[in-house]
Amino acid sequence: MRVLALSFLALLAACGTDQPGRLRPPPGPPTGATTIHVPDRLTSIPTGEVDALGRPQRAPCVGCHSLRRPARLPSSVDELDEFHQGLRFVHGGVSCASCHVVGDQDVLHRADGTIIPMVDVLQLCAQCHGPQYRDYLHGAHGGMNGAWDLSSGDRVRNNCVDCHDPHQPAFQPSVPVLPPRDRGVLQGRGAR
Amino acid sequence: MSSPTRRVALKVVGGTLGAGAFAYAARPFVQWASALSVDEVLRRHYKELTPDEMSQILRQLEADTKARYGADVHIEDLPPQEGVSFGYALNLSVCIGCRKCAEACHVENNHDRRTNNSYIRVLEMDQGSFDMERGQVDYDHAVPAPGKYYMPVQCHQCDNAPCVKVCPVEATWKEPDGVVVVDYNWCIGCRYCEAACPYHARRFNWQAPEIPADQINPDQGYLSNRIRPKGVVEKCTFCLHRTRRGQLPACLEACPTGARVFGNLLDPDSEIRWVLEHKRVYVLKEELGTRPRFFYFFDV
Repeated sequence: MRVLALSFLALLAACGTDQPGRLRPPPGPPTGATTIHVPDRLTSIPTGEVDALGRPQRAPCVGCHSLRRPARLPSSVDELDEFHQGLRFVHGGVSCASCHVVGDQDVLHRADGTIIPMVDVLQLCAQCHGPQYRDYLHGAHGGMNGAWDLSSGDRVRNNCVDCHDPHQPAFQPSVPVLPPRDRGVLQGRGAR
Repeated sequence: MSSPTRRVALKVVGGTLGAGAFAYAARPFVQWASALSVDEVLRRHYKELTPDEMSQILRQLEADTKARYGADVHIEDLPPQEGVSFGYALNLSVCIGCRKCAEACHVENNHDRRTNNSYIRVLEMDQGSFDMERGQVDYDHAVPAPGKYYMPVQCHQCDNAPCVKVCPVEATWKEPDGVVVVDYNWCIGCRYCEAACPYHARRFNWQAPEIPADQINPDQGYLSNRIRPKGVVEKCTFCLHRTRRGQLPACLEACPTGARVFGNLLDPDSEIRWVLEHKRVYVLKEELGTRPRFFYFFDV
């Protein structure tokens, strides 16, 4: 009986003995780098062909345009040829010449005429899309990958043209993925 | 010695049948007990475990996963960080309802492949309406559909969480960094929390998840994405196994529209703080007083 009572007391003593709170030190000063992604479409264009492994092949802009330097920019998408045929253009009232520079495929020009490299396209978009640029600078527009805590790693920000086709910036309709099939849905009620 | 009477014979037959029926009825308990070690029965609550005990449990869980699913996984129990309190915001102006977030959650958190389970439900709602009861989750047409908007709903990690209050065994609680977690080994599967949650954020494992070994995410956390057993409740943990290492949640990285903003509410320079201070922000079902740390905002 005494043994039983003692073991009961021992059990009681073992209950409710929380381990001391385990907290790790707070995040340090930011050491990680934030870089802006440079998508392929800023330096190359899909050819519509695939290589031996089935990967879509892209042609670098410089591959053709180092030799072919058109004398003037097309006035509409219908004038485009080669890989550029079939380009859809739905982007407000701007024209090819609003952004592109004739004779140099690697650069763009801002509204004030300043020439900027193609990879700095963000500066170009920011001219008209100020609120989006402001939000982007504060991390509230445009996706990212990597670390929320820059003391623990790096971060890669999406470029404008990662998500938006510069020639047709609005998101086009797409088919949603992963249709839910769990019990809540099968019962026929929407928001369960 | 007298020959057996009819009464004795009936007693023997009845007794045998009764014992057989009892053994048959008790079979699930016997099977359940054989799958449960003495250590597991006598285990103490998560908050009472010493680091050594926790490490033993983690190694055991890794071995169990190897035996059950044939996958080599690494399960960690990373403590929260001082000075970190997680918050999440979602921009309803840009969400297109593509469910990529739900898919990323499905993959990251080792959800059952058969049911397409995910901690995120995306509601398709009529523009101008706020009636969640009429939101559709199983839409299968191209998105965004005209006249609709999309509202992904996941655990809001409430500071005044109804689900935590109703748990009869303290299997769910709020961590110091604000995330509401479940100890899947402590949960008794009563589903009170599931009923209490006004956001339908908790899921019950009716079956043990089925996942092919090569699809199992081996980077696992004890309180987050380790494979849950049958009969317990699970929920979004803001990807604790990632976010406590400083990484962004999987759903944020997967979002093709950049609708999601995550960060430390205690850091005045964080992106989440900028959103809360400069955008039109609201919380879902504010009138319930749950004090969520998941916010919706608009671009206007």
